[in-house]
Amino acid sequence: MFTSTMQWEAVIGLEIHVQLSTKTKIFSGASTAFGAEANTQACAIDLGLPGTLPVVNDEAINMAIKFGLGIDAEINKVNVFERKNYFYPDLPKGYQTTQLEKPIVGAGHVDIMLDDKSTHRVRIHHAHLEEDAGKSLHEDFAGMSGIDLNRAGTPLIEIVTEPDMRNARQAVAFARKLHSIVTTLGICDGDMSQGSMRFDVNVSVRPQGQEELGTRTETKNLNSFKFMERAINKEIERQIELIEDGGTVIQETRLYNGDTDVARSMRSKEEANDYRYFPCPDLLPVVIEDSRLEKLRAEMPEMPEARKARFINELGLSDYDADVLSGELATADYFEAAAKAGGDAKLAANWVMGELAKTLNQNDLDISSCPVSAEVLGGLMARIKDNTISGKIAKQVFEALWKGEGANADEVIQAKGLKQVTDTGAIEAIIDDVLAANPKQVEQYQAADEAKRGKMVGFFVGQTMKASKGKANPGMVNQLLKKKLG
Amino acid sequence: MAIDRSTVESVAHLARLSISEDEVRQTTEQITSIMGLIDEMQAVDTHGVEPLAHPLDAVQRLRADEVTETNQRENLQANAPAAEEGLFLVPRVIE
Amino acid sequence: MSNTSTHEKSLAELSRSLKSKELSSVELTQSYLDRIDALNSDLNAFITVTPELALEQAKAADAAITAGNASPLTGIPFAHKDLFCTEGVKTSCGSKMLDNFIAPYESTVTANFKDAGAVMLGKLNMDEFAMGGSNENSFYGPAKNPWNRNMIPGGSSGGSAVAVAARLSAAATGTDTGGSVRQPASMCGITGLKPTYGRVSRWGMVAFASSLDQAGPMARSAEDAAMMLNVMAGFDPKDSTCMDRAVPDYTATLNEPLKGLRIGLPKEYFAEGLDSRVEQVVRDAVAEYEKLGATVKEISLPRNHHSVAAYYVIAPAEASANLSRFDGVRFGYRCEDPKDLEDLYKRSRAEGFGSEVKNRILVGAYALSAGYYDAYYAKAQKIRRLIRDDFLAAFNDVDVIMGPTAPTPAFPIGDKSNDPVAMYLGDIFTISANLAGLPAMSVPAGLVDGLPVGLQIIAPHFEEARLLNAGHQFQQATDWHLRKPETV
Repeated sequence: MFTSTMQWEAVIGLEIHVQLSTKTKIFSGASTAFGAEANTQACAIDLGLPGTLPVVNDEAINMAIKFGLGIDAEINKVNVFERKNYFYPDLPKGYQTTQLEKPIVGAGHVDIMLDDKSTHRVRIHHAHLEEDAGKSLHEDFAGMSGIDLNRAGTPLIEIVTEPDMRNARQAVAFARKLHSIVTTLGICDGDMSQGSMRFDVNVSVRPQGQEELGTRTETKNLNSFKFMERAINKEIERQIELIEDGGTVIQETRLYNGDTDVARSMRSKEEANDYRYFPCPDLLPVVIEDSRLEKLRAEMPEMPEARKARFINELGLSDYDADVLSGELATADYFEAAAKAGGDAKLAANWVMGELAKTLNQNDLDISSCPVSAEVLGGLMARIKDNTISGKIAKQVFEALWKGEGANADEVIQAKGLKQVTDTGAIEAIIDDVLAANPKQVEQYQAADEAKRGKMVGFFVGQTMKASKGKANPGMVNQLLKKKLG
Repeated sequence: MAIDRSTVESVAHLARLSISEDEVRQTTEQITSIMGLIDEMQAVDTHGVEPLAHPLDAVQRLRADEVTETNQRENLQANAPAAEEGLFLVPRVIE
Repeated sequence: MSNTSTHEKSLAELSRSLKSKELSSVELTQSYLDRIDALNSDLNAFITVTPELALEQAKAADAAITAGNASPLTGIPFAHKDLFCTEGVKTSCGSKMLDNFIAPYESTVTANFKDAGAVMLGKLNMDEFAMGGSNENSFYGPAKNPWNRNMIPGGSSGGSAVAVAARLSAAATGTDTGGSVRQPASMCGITGLKPTYGRVSRWGMVAFASSLDQAGPMARSAEDAAMMLNVMAGFDPKDSTCMDRAVPDYTATLNEPLKGLRIGLPKEYFAEGLDSRVEQVVRDAVAEYEKLGATVKEISLPRNHHSVAAYYVIAPAEASANLSRFDGVRFGYRCEDPKDLEDLYKRSRAEGFGSEVKNRILVGAYALSAGYYDAYYAKAQKIRRLIRDDFLAAFNDVDVIMGPTAPTPAFPIGDKSNDPVAMYLGDIFTISANLAGLPAMSVPAGLVDGLPVGLQIIAPHFEEARLLNAGHQFQQATDWHLRKPETV
């Protein structure tokens, strides 16, 4: 049987639709709030009724510019809306108003950190403004589909990357970084489950070392990072298997279903489309004045990259910790608030990335819905730092805080009597009891040489801590034990 | 430019217009004669000329991001050929 | 019922009569409704007549006049081309597609008339979606030229021209994408003005070609048109292409003397294809202007003859997209028992649109399709710039440009209905003003074989006042605009 020794390389590019968090639609004054009853937020313009006309939302322009500034891109001072013509029931006018030749955001870039801790640059080809479509609902209305146009006209920026990623991990790292950028900028709520950020992935494979690109497929509907990683890996495997079995990849659009972990070809999109783009005659060129650019530049928040640098330089975090903690706006904000309240950045970093992350994960929660606030966690850090409690007890306090047993660390420590014992006499008394109860171990210890004693002392520390219910200061226990054991 | 029948049929599909056997011949003839009129412009020297999309060199005015539209569903759906539970109904959409 | 001469009164005279209570708006409105009753079945000018609404508005107008809240148009009956959306009243665009469409909103133009206290008599016939030059492309049948009912009235605003010429309305609104106000005005012997692109809001006006469409007044005189434009023109935040620019009082400059007015006559407007009798009418009118103190010089618009070709790419291209929303989903015609989505689209559109509309959609979609965009759409837009630049250059030396509105007088119904190209060539003198966005007007200037012929006057951007002044002065010196069809 033939087994391939061919090394394959995947080439991945992303197209990301980001819903801008404006109050109103891109071309009408209808609300964009999520979750309203069907068609109650679709006005005559959104429905494409005859005689209605679009007027561009000022804030959508601002948000697109902010994105451009956030990825170091050129802002096209003259940008033009065009019509992309096709028929679909969720597209009321029979064309999507979008940008093609003159998009608002030109070439830019986003840097990501790879697994080997090196930095990798993903180039952004451009980003353009466009309107979102409505939704087709396929519940049964006597064999019909229902059309809800509330989402129609919601402003989007579509971000198109160069094919600069080589595996699913890189693509996900990029996606996370992009998520962090748009949420930091405050131009998108970042809620992927509601479709606020939608990732389409272009994947092709080629033999390692080959310059020419393979035929690519586009996989749509990736509404979580987890699904994105799985779907990309699956698609890479599928393409490699296909080619190795003597087949060829066909250019197609595939729809991934996260629940079943299955992707299928979208037949309806297979038909070659001729979109007949041309400049929208109902709209005039958008001209961005220098004064607008300057004002927006002055309002720019600290971007993830700058924040990471500050975490390293000012807070003394490692590259890795800084990268993880600056990677998502909510996490970064939480960490900083906890570090500030607790007075120890490294300790806060360890907790946010360790105990907190683990507990959130176990409970399937986002940091934004964490029951323990950053200030409360900071308060807990402060008690570790001033030796009121040990790190071990702190975990107990944290657990209590998570369950809502007390408003802050001090309350829990007080109520549960967890304050660390630092009184020498009290600790000595416990040690005396432990030694008296374990004469055999004392004898063995005293007979052992220095090298072995190091290990053996652990037994007495454990027994002492246990007897103190974990409240004895571990450092002092160690010190006093050594003295007493001689 | 002579337009053939299959071109007319494929453009009719793009424009979602059904076109019957009876119509296709006359339509093809008429489109061909219209394209003949249009093709006259190929003789014009437009080298270096920028396309003009709008007669005035005006720029887009921007609208403040304020909600100005209230729910008018009932009113707006009064013209709908088929609507139920606030949704516009169409034959089943297959993706 | 008021006497016949009421229907010959100018808008200014009507306004005075209403204010002095010599005449009530209810009486005036009823007299027009009676004329519509008597004549419309023959002329087919109206698609919808709204007598109850009209009388209700007339009553309110009379009350406003009594209360001293009247503006110049208060109580005067108008009718609107059936592509201005009117809340609660059918807006058909002359199409089966919209035969059941009742707009839930009001166009800015008709709202402006309402706000001025004007009365609406109904909605006027037109070529389907404003595509045509004869009014033969209406789902509701052709409107008839009151000067000779075997003749077309021109189009696409044919019903508007007929209503004004036959005194079925004091005046009317129309829209002009390639000549649709001026050409029927010429053929029915009335005054019609297409304003500068961006002068009048397009909100609520069902779009044909968005970068060319402009609404304008159709009236019995330049003075009437000026009064209407005062109400129609102005900034509208709902239309991105509507210009935020002060509106002068167009009646204030009507009486400026024309001494020293520099008139340009493009030699290309007096070329092959122009009926020599029409040419004579135009030359006589120009001679009249010379008597009024104007100077005349020959100019050249060297690329004008390409305007038809460029227009028949640009307008259909824009239309092909503008008309995609008529898909049988949210409003308008839907075919019976669609078997699937594609069938719903294709049959609703094929059955809902008439053949001229379908032809233009096909031409437009073809001109934009892959591989043809540069050769057609981009090329046409380049020629558009050249045509505009020719005008801008010409206006360095002249104040207005004059020529024929249409190459011939009205022709018999059915004459060109199967020859789209012959029909399109009738737009040769009007189209370029749309491509260049310039204001242009047609004023009655003579008769050929008993049919009216218009003189076209074109001015630089936003110089509508100059056009109206020139038109009014001509009408002070001549009586062509007072001639009316014998049968009326």
